[in-house]
Parts: sequence; C-alpha cells; structure tokens
Amino acid sequence: MHVLPYLVAAYVFLIGCYGLATSRNLIHAVGCLAVCQSATYVLLLAVGYRDGATAPVFSDIAPGSRPVVDPVVQALTLTDVVVGATVTALLLALTVQISKRHGTVDPDELRELRG
Amino acid sequence: MTRRARLWLVLLGGAGLAALLAAACLRLPAFGGARHPYGDRAVAAALARRTANTIASVNFDQRAFDTMGEMSILFAAVLGCVVLLRQARDEHRDPPRPAEVAAPVRRYALLTLPVALVTGLYVIAHGQLSPGGGFQGGVVAATSLHLMYLGADYAALERVRPVEAYEITDALSASAYLVLGFAGVLAGAAFLANTLLPLGTFNTLSSGGVVPLLNAAIGMEVACAVVVLLARFLDQAVEIEEESGE
Repeated sequence: MHVLPYLVAAYVFLIGCYGLATSRNLIHAVGCLAVCQSATYVLLLAVGYRDGATAPVFSDIAPGSRPVVDPVVQALTLTDVVVGATVTALLLALTVQISKRHGTVDPDELRELRG
Repeated sequence: MTRRARLWLVLLGGAGLAALLAAACLRLPAFGGARHPYGDRAVAAALARRTANTIASVNFDQRAFDTMGEMSILFAAVLGCVVLLRQARDEHRDPPRPAEVAAPVRRYALLTLPVALVTGLYVIAHGQLSPGGGFQGGVVAATSLHLMYLGADYAALERVRPVEAYEITDALSASAYLVLGFAGVLAGAAFLANTLLPLGTFNTLSSGGVVPLLNAAIGMEVACAVVVLLARFLDQAVEIEEESGE
C-alpha cells in the first residue's frame, strides 16, 4: 500500500506518453502532455505527504499543535501547475497557427516541409 | 516508419520505462513517512518570518528567486502567444455580432461577476495568511471578467477589458517584482531578501515583510497574463476571419 501513490504517478505518466505517441490530433496531443504533467503533481504531493498531517497553513491552527505536510513540494507543485498552464497555452497557440497554415492538425500529415 | 511499427516501438520502450519506474517507486521512502527534513526547516523559517501560510513563505521568501523565474516563464509564454496569435496579413477583423443571451444566464452571470472578482482579490490579498495567493487569486479574478462574455456578448467583454491596458499592467507588475528584489540590494541585503520591511504581527494582513507585496505583484501579473491570453484566443475564435479570396 505504501507505494501505491508513486505507482499511480508512474501510470499517469506512461498513459500520457502512450497518448502522445499514438495521437492523431495535435489538440489531443497537448491534452496528453497535460496528463503527463499531472503525473508530476501526484508524485510531488505523494512525496510530501505525512500520515495524519494537515495543510501547512497556520492561520487557524497553532504552530506545532499538529503535524503538517511538506510545504516545499506543495510550492513546487504550484510552480508546476503554472508552468503547465502556460506551456499548454503556447502549444495551443502553435496548433491554431498550424491548423491555419496547413489545414490539418494531424501530426502524421505534417511530415513534409512547406515553404 | 509505419504506425504499426511505431506502436510496437512505443510499447517496448513504455514497458522498459514502466519496469524502471516501478523499481524506483519500490525504493522511494514510504508514503506518509514522518521524515521531511526540508519541510520541517521550511515551516520553521516561515514561522520565524511570521508568515502564516508556509507555501507563500516558500514561494515569495525562501524561493523568491525561483518564483521570479516562474514569472518570467509566464511572461515569455504570454509574449509568445501574443506574437503567434496576431492578425496575419491575409486576415481581417469582423466586428462581433451581438448575441442573444437567455435572461436567467444573463442575470446569473452579472450577479456572480462582482462576487467572483472580489473573491479573486480576497484570495490574492490573503495569500500570506490562508490557502491561496497571487497565482490562484489572479486566475480567479481574470476569469471572473469573462462572465461578461457569458452574460452579455463579446462587445461587452471588450468594453470592460481593454487588452492594451492589461498588457501594460502585466509588464509593470513583472517589473514591480524585480524592483522589490533590487530594493533589497539597495537596502544592503541580497536580491529579493526579506529584510526590507518590518515582519509585523503573526497572522495579520501586513505580516511577513515583503511577502504580501511580492504576492500582490504576482497576483496582478497572473491576472493580466490570463486576461491577455484568453483575449488572444477569443479574438481568434470570434473576431479574426480569413480573407474569403484565399
């Protein structure tokens, strides 16, 4: 039981990779990349978890009264979410342009270069 | 390479990677363990700087330099989207047509808009105290404006959202973060060091030294960045049309 969260993270990452490799649509591929990235959220939060602990926010609990989970990985996850969202936006913008210039969003049809 | 061969290659590589990842998972420290040396030190440092929300302290005090990098990534991505989604030479702008909105949708959207906006600003302002902060609150505040699009139409959204103003504010808040960092240098400490302001009373709005200010700068930056991003995508969907002669 103690490795289940880590295995879930590995599973989410691999299933995202499978989706990326077999994707027939660039928008679907961007979604798969987001799935891969969510594996890192699961992994980071699993690494920082502590049994019976609460959120590391002391506005409503006295410091030291309860164990808290690791705030460093939570901050890293926040960074991860923000960077993931911006990367998704940038890739979708590229997809919009590809769709306009080439008339397709199927990566297999985008093989040949066009001047 | 055919699709079939590629699928086999992916499955082979995936199986190898899965085996390696599973082996790595088995050697990781057990889930829920009590040993978190970095976490314990981060909590102690946050309490010493009188910041109630430890995550805000990690983001805007202990790792403030990393957050600057994160902010630059956000800024660069917005810049990239603005460049990629500009109006091309063979495109023109159609003024958006007024749209019919069902009366309950309009009423509900216009009722929720101010509530959502205030919630976003609240989440930003209390970032150093309670869960939330500039990143989360910024997104809430930015999306609340788009209730105008749901409740009225695109022209109404454009009136409450002059994109140029948001682009300028985005740049200004990004530089505000840098200026706050350099203020630490001028005050004789290090870049982005939390020594500039008095630390205040624990668990009050002005506690945590420079954390609330950096948090507010990030909140403004994220709100403006999301507004600009969504504006570019909505422009593509609603306003920009390809020339029919192509």
